[in-house]
Amino acid sequence: MNWLNKMKWLTAPKTPTLGILRIAYELLVNDRSKFVALLVGIVFAVFLMVQMTSMFSGIMARASATVINIGAKVWVMDPSVNTVANTIPLPDYTLDEVRSIPGVKYAVPLYSGGALLKLRSGAYQAVNIVGLDDSSLVGRPQLVSGNIQDIFAENAFIAIEDSEFRKLENPKIGTDFELNDHRGVIVGIAHVASSGLFGVPTLYTTYNRALQYIPNSRFTISYLLVEPKSPRDVGNIKKEVAAAGYLALSQEEFMQKISNFYMYQTGMGTNMLLMTAISFIVGLSISGQTFYTFILENLEKFGALKAIGAKSHELVMMILFQATFVSILGYGLGVGLCALTIWLAKLNLPDYAAVIIYRNLWLALGMVVIIAGMSSYVGVRKVLKIEPFDIFRG
Amino acid sequence: MPAIAIEASGLTKWFGADETKTIAVRDFSFQANFGEMLFVVGPSGSGKTTLLSMISGILRPNSGTVKIEDVEIWSLSSNDIADFRLRKIGFVFQDYHLFPRLTTAENVAIPLILQGRKWDEAIEEGRKNLEIVGLKNRADLPPVKLSGGEQQRVAIARAIVSRPDIMIFDEPTASLDGDTGRSIVAFVRDSLLNEKRSIILVTHDDRILSFADRTLNMQDGRIVSIQQAKAHEE
Repeated sequence: MNWLNKMKWLTAPKTPTLGILRIAYELLVNDRSKFVALLVGIVFAVFLMVQMTSMFSGIMARASATVINIGAKVWVMDPSVNTVANTIPLPDYTLDEVRSIPGVKYAVPLYSGGALLKLRSGAYQAVNIVGLDDSSLVGRPQLVSGNIQDIFAENAFIAIEDSEFRKLENPKIGTDFELNDHRGVIVGIAHVASSGLFGVPTLYTTYNRALQYIPNSRFTISYLLVEPKSPRDVGNIKKEVAAAGYLALSQEEFMQKISNFYMYQTGMGTNMLLMTAISFIVGLSISGQTFYTFILENLEKFGALKAIGAKSHELVMMILFQATFVSILGYGLGVGLCALTIWLAKLNLPDYAAVIIYRNLWLALGMVVIIAGMSSYVGVRKVLKIEPFDIFRG
Repeated sequence: MPAIAIEASGLTKWFGADETKTIAVRDFSFQANFGEMLFVVGPSGSGKTTLLSMISGILRPNSGTVKIEDVEIWSLSSNDIADFRLRKIGFVFQDYHLFPRLTTAENVAIPLILQGRKWDEAIEEGRKNLEIVGLKNRADLPPVKLSGGEQQRVAIARAIVSRPDIMIFDEPTASLDGDTGRSIVAFVRDSLLNEKRSIILVTHDDRILSFADRTLNMQDGRIVSIQQAKAHEE
């Protein structure tokens, strides 16, 4: 705990107000075990809250992996689509219909669907196939080996090197496989921004080859990817698409729709919410109770200050400072611990889906502020009620 | 005729109500003079501490007035009373109430810090006051490294650091052995009492009564006797 002593220079006051705050700090860290208990309560609560919400964010990011990786500005789909994986094919004529909307710079079809590969070893492996528009290859991944032109070669597929890559038996360029009695060959290895949610590898090919290799229903377009001429045209495109009976969403809106589906129409959101709420309650209980005990144990010190001549608002300031100090410190340590845990987990578990985003941090900070506020409220009430007279009575 | 430091008139304080009502101090009037060391003695529950709290602006009486240097303290706002205590009254508590993580010099400086003095200036002043109580070489130690008598001296240094006109001692020898207790009170009388200061001391300790100029003997919230001391040796 030498660091506590080393921090003295940090709190070395330069103004009278800081002098009072320094006394508050010294009171706070006086009983180190209590201080550590207080800190641990908040660290634990922050860790759990950030961990839970980060896992949810990670899962949501993976659920929207195709949307992120393809990167189209506007997506046209059937209004009943809930997630990117559960596509409802669009009639081919919608492509011409969308292309004719004023403000559309270009529109291309995208195929997205599941298939079963038979690998060289004879093992079967489920994969996600993404079929890119043959003429433009809009949404193509970033190749790390191979040539993008080779995607037009016979039987060509590009394998995505993500956490699921090993399930394809770590293919190289030239590795072949079977897909519905068709031969497929890996012609390139690529990287994408986000891995998928369902633990299956992803292969990219051309739109027409995807239709040729995978049995399809009457309608074949999974999504239409639209590039507006300018951001101002998006509103009109949405309106025109809606008039045609379909739904046009920006990338962010589509991701939000997917997120909303998992959050509100599956048990996932409720479970995460419950765990986050439990973390909050646990943190509030531990920290609130420890802080209250701390106030009780230092009540006579506050009383002595009051008897000497400290005013009520100065005592309130001391308590608010103590609660804020321990909360901010606990918050920082909790976030750091969570980041470390996620980093270590990802080193050993490539499929581990957790990502810390600003929204999680703000949420946890908000909850810590509530914990600090409630703890302070209890402390302030207690300290304001104390009569210096009690100090004389011992 | 010595100047009057504290003039209390008709002080009454009770706690509780109806059947649980207890009258701690009844219609109590007295004066404390500058240059005087006034002891308040009496059995437990006689109202000494309640009286001490009322005359020092800590506990509001149910009736009666307290004038300190012609200021009727209970007519002031609570913030003004706090400020009055901070600048005019020095307290020495029975249990010292020192802050264990602060050095002794920092402990002594607390009233000055509360007055808004800069930290370094306040600590320097704290060191000077530790010198007065004979603890110059203990300035940078935490209070827990000091003996009981030394801690009491630190508490005294803290009480005098803002140069108060009134000093209030609550059972200052209760936690000390006889010799240390006597030496502390002797020091207070010899070094801190002067014609611009009045010292009021509540005690149970018969061994130190000889240091008093006057002794108020309380029982059931009333004065039962006032003893004027013989002239003290210089």
